[in-house]
Amino acid sequence: TNVEDAVFPWFGLDIGGTLVKLVYFEPKDITAEEEEEEVESLKSIRKYLTSNVAYGSTGIRDVHLELKDLTLCGRKGNLHFIRFPTHDMPAFIQMGRDKNFSSLHTVFCATGGGAYKFEQDFLTIGDLQLCKLDELDCLIKGILYIDSVGFNGRSQCYYFENPADSEKCQKLPFDLKNPYPLLLVNIGSGVSILAVYSKDNYKRVTGTSLGGGTFFGLCCLLTGCTTFEEALEMASRGDSTKVDKLVRDIYGGDYERFGLPGWAVASSFGNMMSKEKREAVSKEDLARATLITITNNIGSIARMCALNENINQVVFVGNFLRINTIAMRLLAYALDYWSKGQLKALFSEHEVSRVISCDMLPSQRACCSCYAGI
Amino acid sequence: MAECGASGSGSSGDSLDKSITLPPDEIFRNLENAKRFAIDIGGSLTKLAYYSTVQHKVAKVRSFDYSGKDTEQDHEPPYEISVQEEVTARLHFVKFENTYIEACLDFIKDHLVNTETKVIQATGGGAYKFKDLIEEKLQLKVDKEDVMTCLIKGCNFVLKNIPHEAFVYQKDSDPEFRFQTNHPNIFPYLLVNIGSGVSIVKVETEDRFEWIGGSSIGGGTFWGLGALLTKTKKFDELLQLASRGQHTNVDMLVQDIYGGAHETLGLSGNLIASSFGKSATADQEFSKEDMAKSLLHMISNDIGQLACLYARLHCLDRVYFGGFFIRGHPVTMRTITYSINFFSKGEVQALFLRHEGYLGAIGAFLKGAEQDNPNQYSWGENYAGSSGLMSSSPELCPTQRARSGTFDLLEMDRLERPLVNLPLLLDPSSYVPDTVDLTDDALARKYWLTCFEEALDGVVKRAVASQPGSVDAAERAEKFRQKYWNKLQTLRHQPFAYGTLTVRSLLDTREHCLNEFNFPDPYSKSRPGEASSPRSPGQPVSSINCGSIAGSMVTTSAEQSRGSDEQLVKQKDNGVALKCFQRVVSALDALDWEERQLALVKGLLAGNVFDWGAKAVSDVLESDPQFGFEEAKKKLQERPWLVDSYSKWLQRLKGPPHKCALIFADNSGVDVILGVFPFVRELLSRGTEVILACNSGPALNDVTYSESLIVAERIAAMDPVIHSALREERLLLVQTGSSSPCLDLSRLDKGLAVLVRERGADLVVIEGMGRAVHTNYHAALCCESLKLAVIKNSWLAERLGGQLFSVIFKYEVPAE
Repeated sequence: TNVEDAVFPWFGLDIGGTLVKLVYFEPKDITAEEEEEEVESLKSIRKYLTSNVAYGSTGIRDVHLELKDLTLCGRKGNLHFIRFPTHDMPAFIQMGRDKNFSSLHTVFCATGGGAYKFEQDFLTIGDLQLCKLDELDCLIKGILYIDSVGFNGRSQCYYFENPADSEKCQKLPFDLKNPYPLLLVNIGSGVSILAVYSKDNYKRVTGTSLGGGTFFGLCCLLTGCTTFEEALEMASRGDSTKVDKLVRDIYGGDYERFGLPGWAVASSFGNMMSKEKREAVSKEDLARATLITITNNIGSIARMCALNENINQVVFVGNFLRINTIAMRLLAYALDYWSKGQLKALFSEHEVSRVISCDMLPSQRACCSCYAGI
Repeated sequence: MAECGASGSGSSGDSLDKSITLPPDEIFRNLENAKRFAIDIGGSLTKLAYYSTVQHKVAKVRSFDYSGKDTEQDHEPPYEISVQEEVTARLHFVKFENTYIEACLDFIKDHLVNTETKVIQATGGGAYKFKDLIEEKLQLKVDKEDVMTCLIKGCNFVLKNIPHEAFVYQKDSDPEFRFQTNHPNIFPYLLVNIGSGVSIVKVETEDRFEWIGGSSIGGGTFWGLGALLTKTKKFDELLQLASRGQHTNVDMLVQDIYGGAHETLGLSGNLIASSFGKSATADQEFSKEDMAKSLLHMISNDIGQLACLYARLHCLDRVYFGGFFIRGHPVTMRTITYSINFFSKGEVQALFLRHEGYLGAIGAFLKGAEQDNPNQYSWGENYAGSSGLMSSSPELCPTQRARSGTFDLLEMDRLERPLVNLPLLLDPSSYVPDTVDLTDDALARKYWLTCFEEALDGVVKRAVASQPGSVDAAERAEKFRQKYWNKLQTLRHQPFAYGTLTVRSLLDTREHCLNEFNFPDPYSKSRPGEASSPRSPGQPVSSINCGSIAGSMVTTSAEQSRGSDEQLVKQKDNGVALKCFQRVVSALDALDWEERQLALVKGLLAGNVFDWGAKAVSDVLESDPQFGFEEAKKKLQERPWLVDSYSKWLQRLKGPPHKCALIFADNSGVDVILGVFPFVRELLSRGTEVILACNSGPALNDVTYSESLIVAERIAAMDPVIHSALREERLLLVQTGSSSPCLDLSRLDKGLAVLVRERGADLVVIEGMGRAVHTNYHAALCCESLKLAVIKNSWLAERLGGQLFSVIFKYEVPAE
């Protein structure tokens, strides 16, 4: 129950459908005494994680997200954010076995679907007992926590002003001092939407299978790209209006009867019904259209949920938004336009926030400690 | 973010086909006097609407002049039924592929003889494209109408006028379509039109609707993205691919992420967590089928989810789906229904429409016809002139499609009088007229279809005999046979073709087919020996039984079927019956009160036996009417009857009189004259007013309103009770608005409904198999009701747990 007793290393693992997000707390206030006692394997883990920015061929540390000089459960240190594809989980578990993690008697806090899916593998292969945490709990607590600690002195939460105008568009900090009620849209491979009324009172409103996985999956099929970054890069150079059928393509302008602007997409991929137009589009155009389609749809569902739940601030998080300014600006614009300014789209610097809560929040540390019998 | 009726333009073939595979005069019917054209041109299909007047024969009743002295010349019928020409209004809707548009326009131009029409209302995405062609070919000015306005007008119109228009899709049931009874109040509802994009419209009244949202992920996305992914160009082919695919190879499921279900959230392992989530890899090939299936799920789920969110926000639970994505495709109906059920947890119902493809054309037509005020009338689907649901769906009926070409028809007749609910229905929204759903009940369906098939010969003969003076009667009767036979065959394979299949709809379809070939009243006249084939003693009975059922719902055993020579004309039957009315009445008057009540009920029932073997009974009647009538009573089952609440009824009669009784009469002749009228007379004597409702038009040997007027007049001449009741308007004769041997209490003449309200009717008497057993057996009314019938069909009797001539006497009092 004494959180200070918790044994290093402090890890949090969020095993999603596509990506595994790992947070690692690197204590910077280690006393000489502690250093003395620190076992070799623990030392090597710390060295390995903090001195590299890439692990194997697919693991990446997002250095820009690192939270420095954080006080967590009475310890000072840095928080590192590492990600790798879920399909490399077996290799990760194998590494845990090779590095003899089990001898550290640490608690492996894990959330996300993979916490269930890989639990048995952790146990049988790595001799590691996972402490499974509810992902929605983690998500909510994570976002609140991360907002409370800020982002290395800056605000964690932000919004876009003039999102449709690339000249005037500005990313501005948002003070989430009145967080509730809040609609939380977590865009991973799929999308989960939560209505949050307080720290402990929330519900999952709905979800959609049209998420980041759909964008990336379709891009792979349509363009032959192999990474999310590549897909986004192509999208940034494409023109979706060649692929989509717009209101003006049908009505020659705005459809006034229904107050629809001519620029609105009437049919995503609608132009692709025609052979000539299929032959005239580039891979970049297709990637862009895929991105716009998925993003607009998420915006639309989120807006309807916000209306149904009577909530007007919507926070979008999740790995789909990582380095994805196009999507964030589109969400910001679509939400503002279709709600006539009633709804505000908010974003967080740490899209991966849910993992943090998992082992860093005192309450959950306690929970993990109990579990581990400390 | 939406697009309306215009089903995606683009890759459907644009080359025009000048040849039409079917004779166009069977498609564009009654063009000679057509007017008010409207056209809806979608991405691949054109829907043409026009209004025509149909001249057809109707049976008219004319009373002979009885100056009082020749009533004893009793071989003459009391009145004459003559066939006259009458003009009625009809709406025609024809759907064909865009490739035929030029050929069709040419045909119309050539046959449009006599029209004052100057403009054609046009809607749909293709209206622009073909504007010049239409103006040039038809010499009509094209008037563009708003797509969504037309769609909604059309939707309101079919929901109001076509019974069983809407249906739900039920997976794993056979057939998969479940039709809905028309809700008395169709508003408000949500219309989700899935064209290239999706439009979501909230419809609040006839004229008020609002676009509340939409989505760009629609049919165009399925088609466009599908074409890119699978290199398959046609929408139909994409759906075919999808129906063969396995989406789990492409989609990331909950179990792929969790290893199983997500129990705390209650998400099953089979749910799709991320559409196309598994395709995010470079080193795997995916089959076209699997990708198409995954795409179909993705789009259907997304639309269903949005529809539910909008329905919830606007507190609506009825959502109709239309647009080319849905049209005639069980696959998409299935996925959309699944999605709606999933996201709404059963609170929202996904509804589809039989005539969804015609909504735009109907709406455009109505816009153009506003000065004729078509909405003030009631309209009825003409089963003879309409193609059934899925008649051209390649998925469902590849052979059917080949047979009927690519043309699909809908015809609607303007009904003479507006139809409304009987105000006495307990719950109009849950009222279902029909007792047995033959769509559902495969055994019953088989039985009845066979019956109607076997009866066809007899009906054809009777039709010919009803028009002895006509030179082409035989030829027309033969066409009738062919048409009705084909309908029956269609219904064998697609029992859902015209909504819920029932005995009533089979009968109505036959009436429509008869009318189509100008046989308005085959029972009005027929010469002995011609109407039905003489039967040799050893002939199998069953076919004859069936024959008479479908003819007059009679039945079995060689002895009885001997009597089923239905050669008696209604006029003559009525004449014979009238002669013994007085004797029957005096015999009744001689009885003490309690005996008389039973005798009256038995009389009603015995009268009801008389559509069976009218000849046999009337022979007896002529020599000794009372004896004959008693003979008929003897045929009846002894009490206790199969359903017997007579004691309760008798008890009720000992109490205060009813204020007003509404009686639905059945057969002409003995039934109405010796059964119904004495019963009416007793009610009148008790101080109960009586509204006697008879069919507006002829059906089988049912008494029609105009016949009832004459019969009443004749009876009044001999009976002071009836006489004064008629004069003082305590006995009122009204028409039902129907020409069916069955009874739909949700579609009754408005005048009847008004009268029922005015007079405060508190008793409803429904008589006969067609009205009280095939229909309304389970009908719940908010006043006392009496349902009586003699089961004259052994199959049905057996089903009900009784025998031939079992008696149904169902007296019901609504719960307090």
